[in-house]
Amino acid sequence: MIAEFRGGNFRRVSFEVASEGKRIADALGIGLRGVAVGSGVAGKAAELGQYGVERVLVRDDPALEHYLAEIYVPVVAEMIKKCDPAVVILPASVDGRDLGARLGARLDITLVQDVTQVVCEGGKVKARWPIFGGKCFAWSEWADGTLPIMSCRPNVMDCLPPDTSKRAEVELADIPIPESRSRVKAVDMDSSGKVELSEADIIVSGGRGMKEASNFALVEELAKAMGAAVGASRAAVDAGWRPHSDQVGQTGKVVTPALYVAVGISGAIQHLAGMGYSRYIVAINKDPEAPIFSRADYGIVEDLFKFVPAFTEEVKRLKSTCS
Amino acid sequence: MAVNIVVILKQTPDTESVIRLAENKKSIVTRDLKWIINPYDEFAIEAALRLKEKHGGKVTVVSYGPSRVVEALRTALAMGADDAVHLDDIALKSVDFLRVTRALTAAVKELNPDIILIGSRAVDYDQGQRGAIVAEHLGWPHLALAVSLESDGKTVTIERPIEGGKVTLEAALPALVTVGGSHTIWNPRYASLPGIMKAKKKPLVVKKIADLGLDPALFKPETARIWITSLEMPPQRAPGRIIDGADAEDKARKLVTALHEEAKVI
Repeated sequence: MIAEFRGGNFRRVSFEVASEGKRIADALGIGLRGVAVGSGVAGKAAELGQYGVERVLVRDDPALEHYLAEIYVPVVAEMIKKCDPAVVILPASVDGRDLGARLGARLDITLVQDVTQVVCEGGKVKARWPIFGGKCFAWSEWADGTLPIMSCRPNVMDCLPPDTSKRAEVELADIPIPESRSRVKAVDMDSSGKVELSEADIIVSGGRGMKEASNFALVEELAKAMGAAVGASRAAVDAGWRPHSDQVGQTGKVVTPALYVAVGISGAIQHLAGMGYSRYIVAINKDPEAPIFSRADYGIVEDLFKFVPAFTEEVKRLKSTCS
Repeated sequence: MAVNIVVILKQTPDTESVIRLAENKKSIVTRDLKWIINPYDEFAIEAALRLKEKHGGKVTVVSYGPSRVVEALRTALAMGADDAVHLDDIALKSVDFLRVTRALTAAVKELNPDIILIGSRAVDYDQGQRGAIVAEHLGWPHLALAVSLESDGKTVTIERPIEGGKVTLEAALPALVTVGGSHTIWNPRYASLPGIMKAKKKPLVVKKIADLGLDPALFKPETARIWITSLEMPPQRAPGRIIDGADAEDKARKLVTALHEEAKVI
């Protein structure tokens, strides 16, 4: 498994990938090795042991602080060769998807991106992944003699409960860092602690029914009460009410939360594709004929401007009685 | 200063399409589909045309697939691209995308571009790999998921959103950029009527694998490393229920109870 290390820590998706790696390794009767690169990663690498990684090959260098394909790909490719793996898995995060694609080309192996389920049958690995923005799924199988490599979608694979008594054995790799024609000029992290959509447990999304940008305050407030991320339909993004990074759908993000609350969203087919994989869906819309209701577990036919504030209050009341 | 830009595009089913499985459950029914330029590739075309307008140069669009793909290429020409290359070879139908990308790489290489632009993903099989693979085959830097793009003719600079923030990246040309973002960011222009008339006279070259100096044996179906064994539709959702109540407050109470006690998600 290839771990993702950023800002001094492993990202949570690395633990999901390690957990999935452990399940695959057990099914194939082999061990699980980790590969980790980054600045300051050596001191943290043993943590992967909590999720089933036995040994981690590490390349720790300040030049690896931020992901850059031109530098990461040759380094990680050499590390994979040293591990001589039977299967390679990595996170389908923004950087992971990029790394995996180029790594596959460099090693002349075929990556499957954004895998949501893996099965091992008779020693063979099969992977399932969403196509057409989640309207349908494909099962893939690799040819005999081909190394299966796949990126795993965040927030889908079950994370093992960490076994804090276990540490992975850390091995430092001495791989030169290549010259590159590209560079990272600036990194601008949002310090507001906003939850990333593709990794959120709960998402509250607003659509055309919000009527104007300022009304998104209602959605923000509900999201805050629920500890949720804020999303938007394409209509809301096209209207300029929300940034494109909030867009859920076939030309936005495919999301997989435990709970998706659609506020004033009618449910265009492209939007349903992007959020249809959520565990529970709540739809709030005053039009009882809105297509979103055909996908919702719980439907509220009501004026959102009346309902959302009441809903927010109820959520706050519940949180105060539970805590 | 003028830059030679190549845009690689793919024709995909319209995002409004309802996807149905073919009887063999390994492919989809294509006969009723409306075909469009993959939206992200359309953003790449727009980005290329803006670069050309600013600095001069030339935009060539390259695609592969059956004869219907000509329509997508003509649309790009009508938007303002200068010429087009269509890789139309039946062999590309039955190989994996590593092979297809090898053919695309050979096709773009002979155009000698300074910048290659391509959508960050395609809305059909959504693998988001073509750009990175082409860059690797060429040994070029690639900057992925651009939501802005600037070039001074020597370097290219993009902004790339990452989880919880964004990074600014720069590469020396020649380089490849994959274009992300949304319709709002790129607002791709429509093909105007005069543009459509002009497009009919612009050069569109059709090529076979053999024309690219590649060995057709590499593209035999049995060389595929991976294949799709089956397709399946997402599980049907159990019918949901409409929560009724005297007023908004009553409905809100009932919803919160349902989410807390039944679904146990809050």
